[in-house]
Amino acid sequence: MCLGIPGKVLAIEPNALAMPMGKVSFGGIVKEICLAYTPEAQVGDYVVVHVGFAISIVDEAEARKVFAYLREMEELADLELEQPE
Amino acid sequence: MKFIDEYRGAPEAQQFLRAIERLVTRPWTLMEICGGQTHTLVKSGLDRLLPPAVRLVHGPGCPVCVTPLELIDRALALAARPEVLFTSFGDMLRVPGSTTDLLSVKAAGGDVRIVYSPLDAVKLAQKYPEREVVFFAVGFETTAPANAMAVYYAKQLGLTNFSILCAHVLVPPAMVALLSAPATQIQGFLAAGHVCAIMGYHEYLPIAAQYRVPIVVTGFEPLDLLQGIYMTIAQLERGTWSVENQYARAVTLAGNQHAQRLMAEVFAVRDRQWRGIGLIPQSGLGLREPFAAYDAEVKFQVSAITAPESPLCIAGLIMQGRARPSDCTAFGTRCTPEQPLGAPMVSSEGACAAYYQYGRGADFSLPLAALPQQDATNLPER
Ligand code: SF4
Repeated sequence: MCLGIPGKVLAIEPNALAMPMGKVSFGGIVKEICLAYTPEAQVGDYVVVHVGFAISIVDEAEARKVFAYLREMEELADLELEQPE
Repeated sequence: MKFIDEYRGAPEAQQFLRAIERLVTRPWTLMEICGGQTHTLVKSGLDRLLPPAVRLVHGPGCPVCVTPLELIDRALALAARPEVLFTSFGDMLRVPGSTTDLLSVKAAGGDVRIVYSPLDAVKLAQKYPEREVVFFAVGFETTAPANAMAVYYAKQLGLTNFSILCAHVLVPPAMVALLSAPATQIQGFLAAGHVCAIMGYHEYLPIAAQYRVPIVVTGFEPLDLLQGIYMTIAQLERGTWSVENQYARAVTLAGNQHAQRLMAEVFAVRDRQWRGIGLIPQSGLGLREPFAAYDAEVKFQVSAITAPESPLCIAGLIMQGRARPSDCTAFGTRCTPEQPLGAPMVSSEGACAAYYQYGRGADFSLPLAALPQQDATNLPER
């Protein structure tokens, strides 16, 4: 139910009742998505989409941190192995 | 980056698994809240690759599973009415009520339709002004803003033939209920990332402090879960209990304020029954007075229907982390996806469905390389 899938904003177009809608691509599958909750979203941004609504804009810098964390963790482990107690 | 495949790499997963192995000095029990996370863990085989000292129990984060039987029966009663066009997310259709399910009501001639978004239900109400369109509003905080918008939008459009059967539940009160149960074994939580995308995670600060449990907001891909598990265990080994955010690419401390604002305008917090668990105070959402005309229970007078739970199903224990699906005597025998006794066997986020689908109970484990490459194909159903 809480499934959220990241997709890329291709276009933004307000509808008749001024509700911002957008075209969002999920690996090539394009869907009409409500952007009312992410009014800051720009074309080219990735948004997390749940039941037809963008619920957050993916922060690209934060997105890379998992891998930085992994590197730090490994370096720390190497350090620990090198220093006998 | 596409923010999906990058988090499914087997070498990185192995690195995390080795790091967790190095970290663990004694057994720990963690709960992942969300059923989507349960499915990732079981599908990728992570539950079997983790060191045996790390025990994961599966939480109540399957909104379909916790929707009380009487609400399902009310949905069935509504769907059977000739004037009603009943709309729902797909995985509600097979959930057993006390005598039947939505799919059978549909087969018997009821107008039941699956929608991808609640806005699709509003569009149906516009398209068929002579029909009464009812939407089954099931979900946690992640879904509440979407359903709030559907009601708000219907009101703006002046629609009088749209209403919702409101079955919204909230996560933090359920976590408190689980932690205050006398024999709780939960020592740390992986909090549900998308719930936090909406609500932020400030609500968890007092919970972590009062019950001295580390809570790590966690995403849904295998590497997210492994990092969340690593961070939680690192805290447990250190003896700390703070709230951390693994899923910072989608979650901030304050959450999505636009969504929170409309949610608060449309919904008010209420006491709520959880299927298999019981009443949890202040754990649900109901429509506020200005939107009362959109409440299907009031509009169609179905709220008097009540129903008892089946004694065979131990879904309640599973969702409280007290048992696992393989502990249920009916699992895979009297209860299967074709003949379900309980909702967790048919929901896409149900723990029993995950165990059944990926052969837990049978003797094989999925290699990490078997992870699916693209989830977008799942999109149209949900
Ligand atoms: S296997 Fe079926 S009967 Fe047993 S707990 Fe799961 S849903 Fe209920």
